[in-house]
Amino acid sequence: MENFFLDNEDILFQLDHIDLDRVIAFKEDDFREAQKYSYAPVDAADAMDSYKKVLNIIGEISGETLEPLAAEIDEEGVFLENGEVRYAKGTKLVMDMFAKADLMGFCLPRKYGGLNFPTTMLTIAGEIVSRADASFLNFGLQQDIGETINKFASDQQKASVLPKLASGEYGSSMILTEPDAGSDLQAVNLRAHQDANGNWFLNGVKRFITNGNGTVGLVLARSEDGQTGARGLSFFLYTRDKHMKIRRLEHKLGIHGSPTCELQFNNAPATLVGERRRGLTRYTMWLMNSARLGIASQALGIAEASYREADKYAKERIQFGKTIRELPPVYEMLTDMRVAIEAGRTLLYETAKIVDLKEGLEHMKEKYPERSAEFKSDIKKYSRLANLLTPMIKAYNTEMANKAAYDAIQIHGGTGYMQEFNVERHYRDARITNIYEGTTQLQVVAAIGGVTSGAATALLDEYDSENYSYAPALQKKLQKSRLDFEKALIGVKEADNEDFLNFHARRCVEMATDLVQGYLLLRDAEYSKRKMRIAEIFIEKMQTRIHMHMHYIIDGGSTFLKNFSDVIG
Amino acid sequence: MGLNLIVLVKQVPDTQNITGEAMKEDGTVNRAVLPAIFNPEDLHALEAALTLKDTIPGTQVHVITMGPPSAIQVLKESLYRGADSVALVSDRKFAGADTLATSYALKCAIEKIGNYDIIFCGRQAIDGDTAQVGPQTAEKLNLNQITCVSNIEKVDTEKRLILARRSIEGGYELVQAPLPVLLTITDEGYSPRPPSVIKVMTFKNASAEMSEEKYDESYIDSKVEQKSNQAINLWDINAINADPESCGLSGSPTKVKKIESVILVSADIRMVENSQDAISGMVHELIADHTLG
Repeated sequence: MENFFLDNEDILFQLDHIDLDRVIAFKEDDFREAQKYSYAPVDAADAMDSYKKVLNIIGEISGETLEPLAAEIDEEGVFLENGEVRYAKGTKLVMDMFAKADLMGFCLPRKYGGLNFPTTMLTIAGEIVSRADASFLNFGLQQDIGETINKFASDQQKASVLPKLASGEYGSSMILTEPDAGSDLQAVNLRAHQDANGNWFLNGVKRFITNGNGTVGLVLARSEDGQTGARGLSFFLYTRDKHMKIRRLEHKLGIHGSPTCELQFNNAPATLVGERRRGLTRYTMWLMNSARLGIASQALGIAEASYREADKYAKERIQFGKTIRELPPVYEMLTDMRVAIEAGRTLLYETAKIVDLKEGLEHMKEKYPERSAEFKSDIKKYSRLANLLTPMIKAYNTEMANKAAYDAIQIHGGTGYMQEFNVERHYRDARITNIYEGTTQLQVVAAIGGVTSGAATALLDEYDSENYSYAPALQKKLQKSRLDFEKALIGVKEADNEDFLNFHARRCVEMATDLVQGYLLLRDAEYSKRKMRIAEIFIEKMQTRIHMHMHYIIDGGSTFLKNFSDVIG
Repeated sequence: MGLNLIVLVKQVPDTQNITGEAMKEDGTVNRAVLPAIFNPEDLHALEAALTLKDTIPGTQVHVITMGPPSAIQVLKESLYRGADSVALVSDRKFAGADTLATSYALKCAIEKIGNYDIIFCGRQAIDGDTAQVGPQTAEKLNLNQITCVSNIEKVDTEKRLILARRSIEGGYELVQAPLPVLLTITDEGYSPRPPSVIKVMTFKNASAEMSEEKYDESYIDSKVEQKSNQAINLWDINAINADPESCGLSGSPTKVKKIESVILVSADIRMVENSQDAISGMVHELIADHTLG
């Protein structure tokens, strides 16, 4: 019996040590719903027990059913037939299973038929599913759109779509990108106009829309005539009707099971979500941040799958009279993969927990306005941290997954280049993760503010104040690397040059990511010898990386800026 | 009009995923290495019933199992998938039952529910592999039975008729029968649904009230009972109004004389030339040593 939850000792370890009591307290608000819903928890322990039971079921469906179908789904792909998308047979089968298992409303409130689970659990579930088939996550556990509607739409809008999203009857998509508006969403040009009765209609083309065939769409559109930029954009809830045509499906390198659609809106009726002009700045940003965590977990799942394939192959493949796993270049790749995966996992869960706390606090403030003073400082703290860590983990996990899939092929040698082996698919699937929902370069733009303005420093101070008496030498190494990091930050700030900062932004964000992960792995090391070894390996390699970055920033960076235009013209 | 469906299920040792030596030295089953699972074909039988419930409004699915307290796990699994009521038939007096005594006890339990339209069983259990309990239960209830059903083609609630596809050697046949009827279901036509996570959370702490002294061992941990739902009915010998003489060892004509651990050893392969003479020679040899004929 394959179970991708139960067979993953690191996920089980993290669940044993993560403290979600406060997250659960906000999410369940005094466990009031236990009176109303038979499946609502009565206390935090009951909630954790339910989370694990549900992950167990997802682990079983993923391991027993989805993973064996993944190669077939990849091969079959998706089709456009008479204007409608047809999923691969395997995809359809597992989607039906997810709906029957009542999993489609994972994060939605119970009153709409959802499970009311926290984001932290969604990221775990997302990884488990993606390890089986990365393409499935884009619709199988798609929660971001439902959650955005739940947070910002009117009660009427919510009642019209959320129960059907939770039952799996409706699929959903975020409809943002256009041919001339990719990374730069301020350039969105799809028009929204109102008729005399105040009803909204959409006209224009959207491109690269993941699961654009979903019944429910959130559409970013230009609602303010003549107003360019973000201030002219609003957010609309659209339900599929005859006024929207799927013009074509893209042929992609990877995630073949997931339809990527080009959509043509022809006077399609839609309703405004929230306030006008806040489509990009507020709602899309919230949606994107939520989706970024999803992609970080998708990437982690691909990395985990790649590692396992590589490890299995390295144990079986005999060359030079021994298994290739005994050869230094191979065991170094495998060890680095596993360390990187666990560094990614611990930061992903930390980020998800912070996002849960931020959302929980905001929810409590909205529900109990009289207590808003009590929540204010925490909301500020966790919002800053969420804004820093979300792009950080999205960048880290997606780049890491690419490296893991790359090395997994390398360990397979020529065999891995062949389609018969899963690593070939993982390599193709991984490649989109560091592009969609914002490229790594855009994650750096999103994170650098928090790195230079002190949010990262404050977080590292907080981590450093914890008790590491079980590993004082490792803490010292981290502190030493922090000095390098601070030195680099001073160097960047003292240069007082925007180009210089932008040029080094990625290095600065990577240094901060390394340090945050170093502390988190050190924290984990308290509970297991294996985790101690992971922390030792990670921190040692990390020290060198940070030192190198620091030197390049302090000593060498300006040469590049002076010369690059002579090189590339 | 909804139907009243009863599914008979069994908890069995997982003989397909053995984690160690399955037999002890004395030839008895080593239960420690055999995890207890839902008998696979019973899960298909449950799915057949739930599929009918999905299509015929007002249909009720009742699940019965006979076994030790640990068997409530298969009843919980049934609740997780959508059963409306479940009952554990359990009593020391049932111990040592062969298929005859088992089908008698199940008959009594079915009569306690009463007013049934279709009874579903798995074709056979993977522990005893007898495939007898379903047919025997039908006989005791004086019911029509269709065995080895791979699919229910149609149920006409007005005319009270069922049309079932029955697997036979080399193909299938369509069999029509009036209701009520007992079916034994194979693993060919129905793909068991996953548990509903909402129902898992609802029933995860479900248990049956049991007194400790009734059993040698109890798997029920009363401490975890947080939600006091009475989802699982517990029926002892009195509850189903069964005659003690027909139950357990006293109701079982099957007497085990000896258990032997048989290890099948495959013989060497002998290649025979592909010619008329060689094949004819081999056939004669097989007749001579009484393998054939």
